[in-house]
Amino acid sequence: MNVVATFTVTFTQILNEQGDLIQPLPDFAKDAETLIMLYRQMHMLRALDARAVIMQRTGKMGTYPSALGQEAVSIGMGAAMHKDDIFVPYYRDQGAMMQRGVTPTEILNYWGGDERASNFITPEAKEDFPICICISTQLLHAAGVAYALSLRGEKRAVVTGCGDGGTSEGDFYESINFAGAQRLPIVYVINNNQWAISVPRNKQTSTQTLAQKAFAGGFEGIQVDGNDVIAVRHVVEQALEKARKGGGPTLIEAITYRLCDHTTVDDASRYVDKPDLDKAWELEPFKRFYAYLEKEGLWDAQKEKALQEECSARMAEAAQACIHTAPAQPTDIIDYMYETLPASYQYQRDELSTAKLPEGH
Amino acid sequence: MPTITLAEAITQALAYEMTADNNVIVLGEDIAKNGGVFRTTVGLLEKFGEKRVIDTPLAESMIAGISIGMAAQGLKPVAEFQFMGFIYPAFDQIISHAARMRNRTRGRLSCPLVFRAPYGGGIHAPEHHSESTEALFAHIPGLRVVIPSSPARAYGLLLAAIRNPDPVLFLEPKRIYRMVKQDVPDDGQALPLDKCFVLREGNDVTLVTWGASTRETLIAADTLEQEGVSVEVIDVATIKPLDMETILNSVEKTRRCVIIHEAARTCGLGAEIAAQLAEHGLMSLLAPVQRVTGYDTVMPYLKLEKIYIPSVERILKSVQSIMEYA
Ligand SMILES: [Mg+2]
Repeated sequence: MNVVATFTVTFTQILNEQGDLIQPLPDFAKDAETLIMLYRQMHMLRALDARAVIMQRTGKMGTYPSALGQEAVSIGMGAAMHKDDIFVPYYRDQGAMMQRGVTPTEILNYWGGDERASNFITPEAKEDFPICICISTQLLHAAGVAYALSLRGEKRAVVTGCGDGGTSEGDFYESINFAGAQRLPIVYVINNNQWAISVPRNKQTSTQTLAQKAFAGGFEGIQVDGNDVIAVRHVVEQALEKARKGGGPTLIEAITYRLCDHTTVDDASRYVDKPDLDKAWELEPFKRFYAYLEKEGLWDAQKEKALQEECSARMAEAAQACIHTAPAQPTDIIDYMYETLPASYQYQRDELSTAKLPEGH
Repeated sequence: MPTITLAEAITQALAYEMTADNNVIVLGEDIAKNGGVFRTTVGLLEKFGEKRVIDTPLAESMIAGISIGMAAQGLKPVAEFQFMGFIYPAFDQIISHAARMRNRTRGRLSCPLVFRAPYGGGIHAPEHHSESTEALFAHIPGLRVVIPSSPARAYGLLLAAIRNPDPVLFLEPKRIYRMVKQDVPDDGQALPLDKCFVLREGNDVTLVTWGASTRETLIAADTLEQEGVSVEVIDVATIKPLDMETILNSVEKTRRCVIIHEAARTCGLGAEIAAQLAEHGLMSLLAPVQRVTGYDTVMPYLKLEKIYIPSVERILKSVQSIMEYA
């Protein structure tokens, strides 16, 4: 009997949970400003989530999926992308969306129930996809986008994301299979936060890693410490570089922990054991980054306080802008179904044009 | 002028538009080297290369899903599902994404794509190869559903579908893929996507149909004509959006209507047409609207498929039953 194929899954960590460097820094991380920018973006995300949860609790917004504890995944991924790369997000990727220029107000407006918020104002995200609610369907869209880039010979790449549970979907496998077969410029970032609503990672699949699923698609899958923003950015950057050069796809499993409920309508205390959660808090991404920055003389308690206040104020302002966004017209619900509304539905539009906006608007 | 079959008209339209517009690409299972199991994409690989004529892996949700990504990038994918009976794994992508992308992004991204699928029974195919489930898709806002029933209409409607900026489900009645030949000039002329075709004019009864059933309907019309019944035949062709105006105008004149479709009766498109006739044309009717359709059962396997598909005899019987009303 001969071994005909072997696969290796590596795990990358640069900053351990104490904030010690366990490997040399990648070049981007030697620049203090870059590091502080990453830390700042993580804080912006945490502040956005906190504000969104408050808004939902006070009836000012719909259901919201916080990224608490997973900030390094979204922010590391967003920071690694070039502006002209294309992002096909899943519903917990609001951090990277903000880095792409989507405003906090737009994100709040989206979850507040306004489709207009996915018509991003910034031209930088004009090719990016809207938040995807259905699980892993977006991975196929991302592969189609990557095919278009490749067909036109463009040196751009696509980043797409999903959760650990998302890797059980057929569309996940169909996407990596096509991407591998066509050697597409695409990077899959799996936010393995250990939970798919209430179902734990070990019930989702018996594979030792999620990263190894990439080998079924014929390309490399790697793990990264998803609580280490430097490591996440580093591996996503490398994967993107490879993709842009025609080296094909990469799947990155970022290992982290969902420190929050699945969404604001979930109650994780029904299924998460407290000791596990306490342990996960020890590993979360801010603590180690703060410790490292402090050791390097780049950060202190005063700066931390000022940044937190700034982020909080920024999101309070975004919340106000969201609350004061003028409602869409009733006819908006039918005007974007077709480029030109077919004549046979015109009478329905006429009826909508006389509809009254619901109370509260 | 080429005299071609409906299947060849599909190929002719694809080749025309791929030449005219570099953004048009075709993809699906067995469509490149093999030219499609019905040979509707024959010769395209040689003309346009493997980047634009893609043999995909065998996965229907993927075919739909990647088409959405391609379309959002400005390509115009024409994706083939090998048979309509295999389209269901792609349901989610078609309904939840292709049909909604423009609305979800308020026009920022859109899906100018065509999903093609051979549909309907009567070719002695295996199980799951003979379905007519157009009504499932006609129910979905954001989609268009188009069914040609002649080589010329296949050519003109497919061109229109590819050029349309929204997702179009293009169903090809495979029973008549090669039944008739017609002169179809390769002139790039598209047909309208929201207009029924009046195939013959008459005064006593309107027969409304589409797809392969146009054949039995036209034969029935000939027979009825000999019996002194003047028959108007409408090929709906654009199932969604539905051109009720043409149907209503016809029924206003003939005052009788029979709807013929191969799909199962309950919630078939005939129900929608009958409902709209009741809403807008009740006063012009002399007789109850009739439907001649497939039965509310699974499309039978090949030995009994003929008793399922609406026959000339069933159409005649239905028309004769309402000629009594005067
Ligand atoms: Mg999860």
